[in-house]
Amino acid sequence: MIEVKDVCYTYEAGTAMAVNAIDHITTTIPDGQFIGLIGHTGSGKSTFVQMLNGLIKCSSGQILYNGEDINAENYNRRQLRSHVGLVFQYPEHQLFETDILTDVMFGPKNLGLSEEECRSRAEQALYAVGFKERHFTQSPFDLSGGQKRRAAIAGVLAMKPEVLILDEPTAGLDPMGRDSILDLVSELNRTRNITIVLVSHSMEDVARYVDRIMVMNDGHFILDGPPTDIFVQVDKLEEVGLSAPEITYVLRKLKARGLDIDTNALTYEEAAEEILRHRSQLEALRTRE
Amino acid sequence: MKEITLGQYYQTDSVLHRLDPRVKLIGTFCYIISLFIVNSWPGYVAAGIFLAVMILLSHVPFSYIVRGMKAIAFILTVTVLFNLFMTPGEPLVSFWKLTVTREGLSFAVKMAVRLVFLIIGSSLMTLTTTPTQLTNAMEDLMKPLKKLHVPVHEIAMMMSIALRFIPILMEETDKIQKAQMARGADFESKSIIQRVKSMVPILVPLFISAFRRANDLAMAMEARCYHGGEGRTRMKPLIYQRRDRIAYGVLAAFFCLCLSLRLLKF
Repeated sequence: MIEVKDVCYTYEAGTAMAVNAIDHITTTIPDGQFIGLIGHTGSGKSTFVQMLNGLIKCSSGQILYNGEDINAENYNRRQLRSHVGLVFQYPEHQLFETDILTDVMFGPKNLGLSEEECRSRAEQALYAVGFKERHFTQSPFDLSGGQKRRAAIAGVLAMKPEVLILDEPTAGLDPMGRDSILDLVSELNRTRNITIVLVSHSMEDVARYVDRIMVMNDGHFILDGPPTDIFVQVDKLEEVGLSAPEITYVLRKLKARGLDIDTNALTYEEAAEEILRHRSQLEALRTRE
Repeated sequence: MKEITLGQYYQTDSVLHRLDPRVKLIGTFCYIISLFIVNSWPGYVAAGIFLAVMILLSHVPFSYIVRGMKAIAFILTVTVLFNLFMTPGEPLVSFWKLTVTREGLSFAVKMAVRLVFLIIGSSLMTLTTTPTQLTNAMEDLMKPLKKLHVPVHEIAMMMSIALRFIPILMEETDKIQKAQMARGADFESKSIIQRVKSMVPILVPLFISAFRRANDLAMAMEARCYHGGEGRTRMKPLIYQRRDRIAYGVLAAFFCLCLSLRLLKF
């Protein structure tokens, strides 16, 4: 469990360029939850997630991991980073080894594990993200964009994190690559009970996977709750340059036309079902017009 | 990485910022030469006063300039120590195998003052001039060399691109370093061999990204029909104003003062 208590962070403190990236945030991330962290570019989401594993030290406030202050003098932050895994934006840019397996072993090796343990962890992680054994000796630079990203995610997974934070894991991927990454993350959450924090600026991405959405703007959370509660407040989302998923708009329009419909559907399947359930009303509406 | 503020452009509005970059370039050059011309205390005081006035005119906070100096503190210390102990002459204090001489002391202090002035002086130029302005000025000043078939424009373009890429690559380094730290990499290890080894996971991705960026940039430039300096015009051509002429006058006066201090053996 991660507890964030009244945390602030200021970039370029003390100069004319000082910016409050994080502004008095207090929140709790319980174990096993799948969280979508949404916000416009520059809203502070990347800064926030880097604070969670101690890469950025907060200017004020406290961050507790399982009850311990991670910014304390003698806290082992390297150990923390194996528990709270962070996959950066465009993680494929961090690949550097001659073959995929060695690259994925980099993380476990840094934890001081034995060669065999590193290898077995790396193999497991690579299988988990959908690689076959024949890929292991390939150079990471010969892979496709989506594959590179999955290899990079495996690099963090091999450290067996309890919390996995992904910063815009789908940026720049085609729809298929995007879905496969999101399905993978969702599966990790369900089968291994890993807490997931998925950073994104697209509601479509997160709507159908997450348990909870946190909406960030100007360094603090403006909305926090289950997806259905968030999407109801379309106006507030649009105010900060975000939008609800397309289907929410469709359902809302139908409702405005006089259809007695539930607008809380999160996936296309649910929405289709909901619309089909009101087929007779829809027909009536059409004949009336 | 963020602490290196030495000579990074500081955005504000001041006389020095508005000055023609050619004046600042030549001015800095003159200032550096005059620092080596003077060799007496009155000369250093004059140079110090000149620098102080320039700092005041630049509206750049003094603390910001000093913070940038931290990066060269080590080199400065080494230079001073070498001069202090290695200069032969009349012994002042001696302990163990080291002797401080009167000449050494005076030489070390002068050297330190000279170095500090030199660095602050030249960083003041880059603090008040954007890299683009600076390379424009260079291109303009080197124009006569075109007659000798020196590719002046291309050199200036390469310089401005190189300068432009410094902050980008610094940011990239920072990002990659953090990404590897998130994978448990240790950059605070004591042993030098470990430290050098730990650079590999940063340098390889950094090189790859530098090449990728260079490729992208070349493509983008070609897409916009860049074909070298032939027939290329500027959006903001450099034209001397009244304040630039005044600045040249002030510079000439300062230079003459330094020269006369040296020649009159003050």
